[in-house]
Amino acid sequence: MHALVVSGLRKVYEGSGRRVEAVRDLTFTVEAGELVCLVGPSGCGKTTLLKCMGGLLTPTGGEVRLAGEKVSGPPPGMAFVFQEYGRSLFPWMRVGENVELPLKQKGLSKARRRELVSDALESVGLADAAGAYPWQLSGGMQQRVAIARALAYEPQVLLMDEPFAAVDAQTRADLEDLVRGLWRERGITILFVTHDIDEAVYLGQRVIVLSASPTVVQEQLKVDLPDERDQLHTRVAPRFAELRTHVYEQIQSAKRGTPSLTKTDTPPPH
Amino acid sequence: MRRVLLRVFFVLALPVLLVGVWWLASDDSTNVFWPPLRTTLKTFPDVWTADRLQDDVLPSLLRLTAGYACAAVAGVAIGTVIGSYRKVRAFCEPVLEFLRAVPPPVLVPVIMLFAGIGDTMKIAVIASGCVWPILLNTVEGVRAVDPVMAETAKSYGISGVARLKDVVLRSASPQIFAGLRQALSIGIILMVISEMFAASNGIGFTVVQFQRSFAIPGMWTGILVLGLLGFLLSMVFQVVERRVLGWYHGLRASARRSP
Repeated sequence: MHALVVSGLRKVYEGSGRRVEAVRDLTFTVEAGELVCLVGPSGCGKTTLLKCMGGLLTPTGGEVRLAGEKVSGPPPGMAFVFQEYGRSLFPWMRVGENVELPLKQKGLSKARRRELVSDALESVGLADAAGAYPWQLSGGMQQRVAIARALAYEPQVLLMDEPFAAVDAQTRADLEDLVRGLWRERGITILFVTHDIDEAVYLGQRVIVLSASPTVVQEQLKVDLPDERDQLHTRVAPRFAELRTHVYEQIQSAKRGTPSLTKTDTPPPH
Repeated sequence: MRRVLLRVFFVLALPVLLVGVWWLASDDSTNVFWPPLRTTLKTFPDVWTADRLQDDVLPSLLRLTAGYACAAVAGVAIGTVIGSYRKVRAFCEPVLEFLRAVPPPVLVPVIMLFAGIGDTMKIAVIASGCVWPILLNTVEGVRAVDPVMAETAKSYGISGVARLKDVVLRSASPQIFAGLRQALSIGIILMVISEMFAASNGIGFTVVQFQRSFAIPGMWTGILVLGLLGFLLSMVFQVVERRVLGWYHGLRASARRSP
């Protein structure tokens, strides 16, 4: 069974006499254990799509299925990592409490919660920050806390909405490696939304290129880079350059509004 | 050590100066209504004996506490409901603005008609005046919950009581405390006023009693007691606030360091 199925998803915002079709017709699937990157031109309805998937918005048409179940509200099998880490962590709670709060809601025992919290914090490299307040940490560390919170929640699918758009380049590289490391280590399913083409190609097993709004899938692309990736070598590999150029061209044509003719799963030739 | 001394100096300099001015300006006063500070201070221990503290100050404080607590509970509860639902807000807002604009002391005669002249009346007066700043600030605070935080809570299934307790009220707490602080000074004013109307004890009653019986230095000591009481309560409030809103002050300080 597919971990996540998005079929015919459509979202139209209506308000004060204006109709804005943000998402027109989106169909794609994510397999269990896959790391898929969604990339598209800015303002292409990525956030709308993600919110529909996370059950935070009701789609106008089509549906999202998580492990076969139709999503009609925030599903317990999904965890979100938002771009605005500073506004997504609760500043009145210490780091440990922030990670623990969703688990309390799940009704887990205290011992189990403690175990999950310390395990999650350890795997993002913040084992000794449990007692700090989020605002005492740097931006990158705060986003690590948000990732730890999502991990501790033990989701079937982890949704990440441009999580590293607001951190500096070096921190960003570290966090990208962290996400890849966690994915390989834990075998979780990740859907990673970004506007950064390099990031999408570097991280993903597969890249889904979205068109400009009203959004459709422009292209799906398998990233045939080796699983063992690192910032130093992967990014200068010729194949990386080819793939990123290809995605770049797709996005440029998406911006111009000319849908590509090749909506295939096959990557461009070597 | 030097810095501590300097701080103490800054804290005490102005009060000492003002008391000094009062002392000197009133020292050779022969006006009955404006006795020398020396006389007032000499009267102080005779007037505010342990008995009086128990018979007048304690009842005043108990009424203030009861009225303030009622206002806090009602204000936060109703404010949370109004702040959470846009429709309720649109429905209530005009009435709230009207009720808030009614000066609370004018309610004393009205409430007296319904609640008599006992403690109930005084507590009701204090509560009905204190409730507005708490309520309106709670409404604003609850409304202003960050949308990203609200979405985070929603996406992690945090709903119901946990959402209210751990997200909404905590996020609104800086505003709620601003309301509570305003309400505290209103409460002290109403405590005194309600005791001036129909009472047999209390600080306000004592002050009026002294004034009517021409015990003018006694009246002045009553005013000093009220000032000291207000100061003391404000200190207690600050201690509580610093504990509860420690995170907020820290957050603001860190935002100032790195904008």
